[in-house]
Amino acid sequence: MAELTSRVGEIIEASTTDFVAQCYQLYQSPPLGSLVKTTDESVALYGIVYHATTASLEPGRRPIARGRDEASEAEIYRSSPQLLKLLRTEFSALVVGYREKEKLYRYLPAKPARIHGFVHLCPADEVREFSQSLSFLNILLNTHLPVAAEELVAASLRQMSQLCADPHVFLVAAGKELAILLSGDFNRLKAILGRLRQ
Amino acid sequence: MPENNEQLGIVISGSLNKGVEVRLDSAASVEDMAVGRYVTIEGEKRRFFGMITDISLGVIDQKLTLTPPDISDPFMAEVLAGTSVYATLHVLPMLTIGGGVTELIEGPQPVKTVASHFSRVNLASQRDVELVFGGEDERKFYIGTPLDMETRICLDLPELVKRSNGIFGKSGTGKTFLTRILLIGMLQKSAAVNLIFDMHSEYGWAGTSEGGRAVKALKQLFPEQVAVFTLDEENSRRRKVSTDFVVKIGYDEIEAEDMVLLRQTLNLTEPAIEAVYQLSRRFRRDWLLSTLQLKDSEETRELLKELSIHESTFQNLQRGLATIRRLPFIESHASTNAVEAILDHLDRGSNVVLEFGRYRDITAYILVANMLTRRIYAKYQERMERAMGEDIAPPHPLVITIEEAHRFLNPGIASQTIFGTIAREMRKYNVTLLVIDQRPSGIDDEVMSQLGTKISCLLDNERDIDSVLSGVSGKSELKSVLARLESRQQALIFGHAVPMPVVVRTREYGSADSYKDFLPAGAAEIRKQAEKDIEELWQ
Repeated sequence: MAELTSRVGEIIEASTTDFVAQCYQLYQSPPLGSLVKTTDESVALYGIVYHATTASLEPGRRPIARGRDEASEAEIYRSSPQLLKLLRTEFSALVVGYREKEKLYRYLPAKPARIHGFVHLCPADEVREFSQSLSFLNILLNTHLPVAAEELVAASLRQMSQLCADPHVFLVAAGKELAILLSGDFNRLKAILGRLRQ
Repeated sequence: MPENNEQLGIVISGSLNKGVEVRLDSAASVEDMAVGRYVTIEGEKRRFFGMITDISLGVIDQKLTLTPPDISDPFMAEVLAGTSVYATLHVLPMLTIGGGVTELIEGPQPVKTVASHFSRVNLASQRDVELVFGGEDERKFYIGTPLDMETRICLDLPELVKRSNGIFGKSGTGKTFLTRILLIGMLQKSAAVNLIFDMHSEYGWAGTSEGGRAVKALKQLFPEQVAVFTLDEENSRRRKVSTDFVVKIGYDEIEAEDMVLLRQTLNLTEPAIEAVYQLSRRFRRDWLLSTLQLKDSEETRELLKELSIHESTFQNLQRGLATIRRLPFIESHASTNAVEAILDHLDRGSNVVLEFGRYRDITAYILVANMLTRRIYAKYQERMERAMGEDIAPPHPLVITIEEAHRFLNPGIASQTIFGTIAREMRKYNVTLLVIDQRPSGIDDEVMSQLGTKISCLLDNERDIDSVLSGVSGKSELKSVLARLESRQQALIFGHAVPMPVVVRTREYGSADSYKDFLPAGAAEIRKQAEKDIEELWQ
């Protein structure tokens, strides 16, 4: 998927803190916690995928069950090919930094992303570069999201660690950063650390 | 800049009085720390030199103590170490080294402030320790190494002997070894001569180590500078010790003042001591023998009445005097004069060790030590006064070593005895004490406070520790250091001769190599050369 083409979607809603993108193909949203970027003129925005939904194109029309007389799930899509056009997959990403004039900043950019901006999944090199500093964790922990921050932080760190030369060292360093950020809330820290374990 | 990059942590709080708190970095393991270790604090303008005096553990969130995390998971343990759970060191800054102009010219200075917040704290490097305690030279004597380091800690001996000093420690902690090392140091590096009242015959010819092995003592190492006197010729002969003088004491040499110190050991009453003065006024020099010879007769009763001595007091006194009479080295009239002989040796710069042989009981020790010291001190006083008046050379500084010091210096008698006087008057008359004791709490406070340098091996009695540390700044911190010394070969040195309190592992003593280290380098060659020169002269 990401190896073939890194483009995963197009922005359909944007704000200072996050953006929503529609996937070009149904069910092809990037994984939870992955680092994506969208480029607009001179500024590239980085986001971490925190939510994905698949629903009907029209908010008022809910899909109905169709598989009663079909042998398999795949048969449903085959017998009703219009379904692929009536449903869509969207994902939301939290803005965690940007790059301007080759310099990487791990805080919010001055302006939000633009609608119809292409969203790409970041290549390994870029993820490694971005994860050299863990200051973005603060944004993840302190934003109110539909997903539990513990889940998101753990998912994102797990993904980043897989691209590191030494995943254990990376996770310990990240754990220590979290221990400082969550110094007053040991239970939350424990929940994240439990999800980081490999 | 420090050569040693072993960073321990950063200063987080503290005060000059109580010392600073240092938060340990997560990379440094708390279990590698040890109280008594040296650290440097890199302040903005100066560097501080201090000692770790306490180590504690902390948690960032109290919930951790209530629901402890699962530390069997190594990942969890690794993450939490140094972040949510951490260790702090309590560091007592003692000196400032480098930085200021004064420090550059005059060396380390006592601290007058603390380092600013978040200053880096490193383990002290060899160079730092050398800067503070100095290298070996013609004044400084290598006594041992700090814990976990190879640097040599040196004592400024000419400075040390200017005041009275004390060596303390429980029995079996190495006081005798330490004393022997120190005596060798004095012999080599200071202009002072020693008079050692050697109760257990350990300093003169040979002593024994804890393992029962014989170790060489002063006379074997420095035959020309040491004379061994003995009270018990037979014992010395049996041990094959060549003695220089056999000390005998005549009844007529014992004076009333000599009895005061024996009051407790002889179990004499206060009136009995009063009676001694009266009897000595009456019979003059022969008072002791005369008193012992007084029979239970009418005549005696008349005499006692005349002197207004109660009969029971007299009996008490006679019993005490009989104990003295039983001491074999006491004769009715001694043919030799021990005091003159000792002074003669001291004047020649020779050190005198007085062995007690079999007469180890405390009565003999107190009596002899007190008698000789009083007379020697009187001579010294006289000579010093003459030296001051007539502008002639004063006598060699004298260091008198006494064991079981609390018997001489306990609060009851310290004010009356010669040892109390010497300890208090310090170096006025060029005589100082080296006090060795295992119960420092038994020594008079005033005397303790006058001791210049104290060297303490392990002590575990609370009162003893308090008494040794009385009047020292940072007492409570040093207390924890003192109580945690190893039971052998470790000592805490503090006071006049060292710039700051220091824990040392005392240098090796007892092996062939160690003896070689003590002998001045090239002494043998110099001697050979001198002999050759003399031969050439006669050719």
